[in-house]
Amino acid sequence: MATDTQQHGLTAHSHGAGVPVASRAAHFTSYDVEAFEVPGGREEIWRFTPMKRLADLHKGAAATGSATVEVSAAEGVTVETVAKSDERIGKAGVPGDRIAAQAYASFVDATVVTLPKDARVEPTTVTITGPGEGKVAYGHLQVHAQQFAEGVVVIDHRGSGAYADNIEFVVADGAHLTVVAIHDWADDAVHVTHHHAKLGRDATFRHTVVTLGGDVVRVTPVVTYAGRGGDAELVGLYFADAGQHFEHRPFIDHAVPNCRSNVVYKGALQGEGAHTVWIGDVLIRAAAEGTETFELNRNLVLTDGARADSVPNLEIETGEIEGAGHASATGRFDDEQLFYLQARGIPEDQARRLVVRGFFQELIAKISVPEVRERLEAAIEAELEAVGA
Amino acid sequence: MATLEIKDLHVSVNAEDAQKEILKGVDLTIKAGETHAIMGPNGSGKSTLSYAIAGHPKYEITSGSVTLDGEDVLEMSVDERARAGLFLAMQYPVEVPGVSMSNFLRTAATAVRGEAPALRHWVKEVKGAMADLDIDPAFAERSVNEGFSGGEKKRHEILQLALLKPKIAILDETDSGLDVDALRVVSEGVNRYKESGDVGVMLITHYTRILRHITPDFVHVFAGGRIVESGGKELADQLEAEGYVKYTGKQEAASLS
Repeated sequence: MATDTQQHGLTAHSHGAGVPVASRAAHFTSYDVEAFEVPGGREEIWRFTPMKRLADLHKGAAATGSATVEVSAAEGVTVETVAKSDERIGKAGVPGDRIAAQAYASFVDATVVTLPKDARVEPTTVTITGPGEGKVAYGHLQVHAQQFAEGVVVIDHRGSGAYADNIEFVVADGAHLTVVAIHDWADDAVHVTHHHAKLGRDATFRHTVVTLGGDVVRVTPVVTYAGRGGDAELVGLYFADAGQHFEHRPFIDHAVPNCRSNVVYKGALQGEGAHTVWIGDVLIRAAAEGTETFELNRNLVLTDGARADSVPNLEIETGEIEGAGHASATGRFDDEQLFYLQARGIPEDQARRLVVRGFFQELIAKISVPEVRERLEAAIEAELEAVGA
Repeated sequence: MATLEIKDLHVSVNAEDAQKEILKGVDLTIKAGETHAIMGPNGSGKSTLSYAIAGHPKYEITSGSVTLDGEDVLEMSVDERARAGLFLAMQYPVEVPGVSMSNFLRTAATAVRGEAPALRHWVKEVKGAMADLDIDPAFAERSVNEGFSGGEKKRHEILQLALLKPKIAILDETDSGLDVDALRVVSEGVNRYKESGDVGVMLITHYTRILRHITPDFVHVFAGGRIVESGGKELADQLEAEGYVKYTGKQEAASLS
């Protein structure tokens, strides 16, 4: 067994000192809202979340509006609106907390986007627009890549209001699905979302989360494997400004042998009350021999008053694995980098931008859709302009 | 004719709560066309002098002055000093992940020259300068200093020197950690820079071996935070033979034999 733990940067993560954390294997899931107690905020999975700002999504808030889902489908891709009773719905995973269960119970129509068997298709864009300021909505989306299908789906969230949903990714045997989920909400928006990915045999899943806007955004991507040879790569980029709470909770559940996962999330924070949370759980169950996994989170704190929480958890129930590791670091802006660039004549504001752009560069380079890449670069640029950094 | 004038410079660092004085009255004038070697034992404050001139925030100037052609350097920000014509080749160049060397060089050249260099000329200029220093062109696309060996970092410092063409260059232990070939390549780079214009060099070193490649006009012995003796090249030969014991009371060789 090869386990390694690396530390980078200034502040190492804690290893749950003092608090016995229940095994992720025991994590409760259900389609039934009432099976979950109303969380008060002290529960392990809620303790970082500002419950008062959730627009009562966790207390059974009724839908008072609906989100608009528009799909710009590539040739060959089918888009359907189906009822909850459709047999395909709910196949990729079971809600893992009360809000996900509430969303599952409350949505009316689900959108199903299907990438056809054996075909390589052009990028498809799903635009989800919030219900509007002061309104609450629930939704459901499924992206299904059939056997040996290959394609990219961009899910673009924008607008106002409170929105909770479940998004399923069914990646059939041998399929290659790339997903980019962008959270570019208006300042008032609250979004709590569960992503459930189920990977078939030899399936490849590339999942990128980008979180730039919203008051509270909480994303819980869960990956499970249905066959050997599954390969998941989860990438996240976030940039939180004053007062924003962005929370990402990826969970990789290795229950099948010979699968691979790699998780890399990077975030920048600036401004009073900017708060990011990253909880990275990886569970390698006893049956999952030959697993290879690594998870990494890095945070760049640009100003005083911002706070990044980062907790990687790796549980290993078998010694017969290829490799497993995790790393997490949260650092202040590196003054030595700034000094070096300035000592070459580069003005401070420009030097800061170079360093922040550089910090995100390796992740941006991985995004295969040029339009999304450019939009992201522009968005980061705009974030930096906003504080005059 | 550029002149860097350092007068009675006192510099402290903030350690814990107390301030520690490291430079205790440095006087030195470097004129264009001159090469000054600053030699001294470890911990004598040589690097502090270079960082203080460049404006590193860790060091606080408590008294004295530094001027470049009469302009008050200490009033300038770090980047203003560089644009005014000062350059510091660092002993430990900093890694900047995600920023390519080519982007960095072009951004720096644009800042120092006041306008973006014309692309066609620029590409040629960078290629030529890299070839002069035996740097593989592939380095242009790598992140600044990231994963570079010690020698590669030093070559890139001299590459920046060649492209930014400062009035006064301060080389802080550029020779440390270099093998024989790299030392020759780097020294040739410094000599090319010297010959290219009316420029001054402050060469900070612990050892005498780089002075076989770069001939100093003046040699200064640095000990206890100030210059304790100045002379010509022969002073370096004396240090080579006798070490710094005369200045520190401790046996510390200027060349490890």
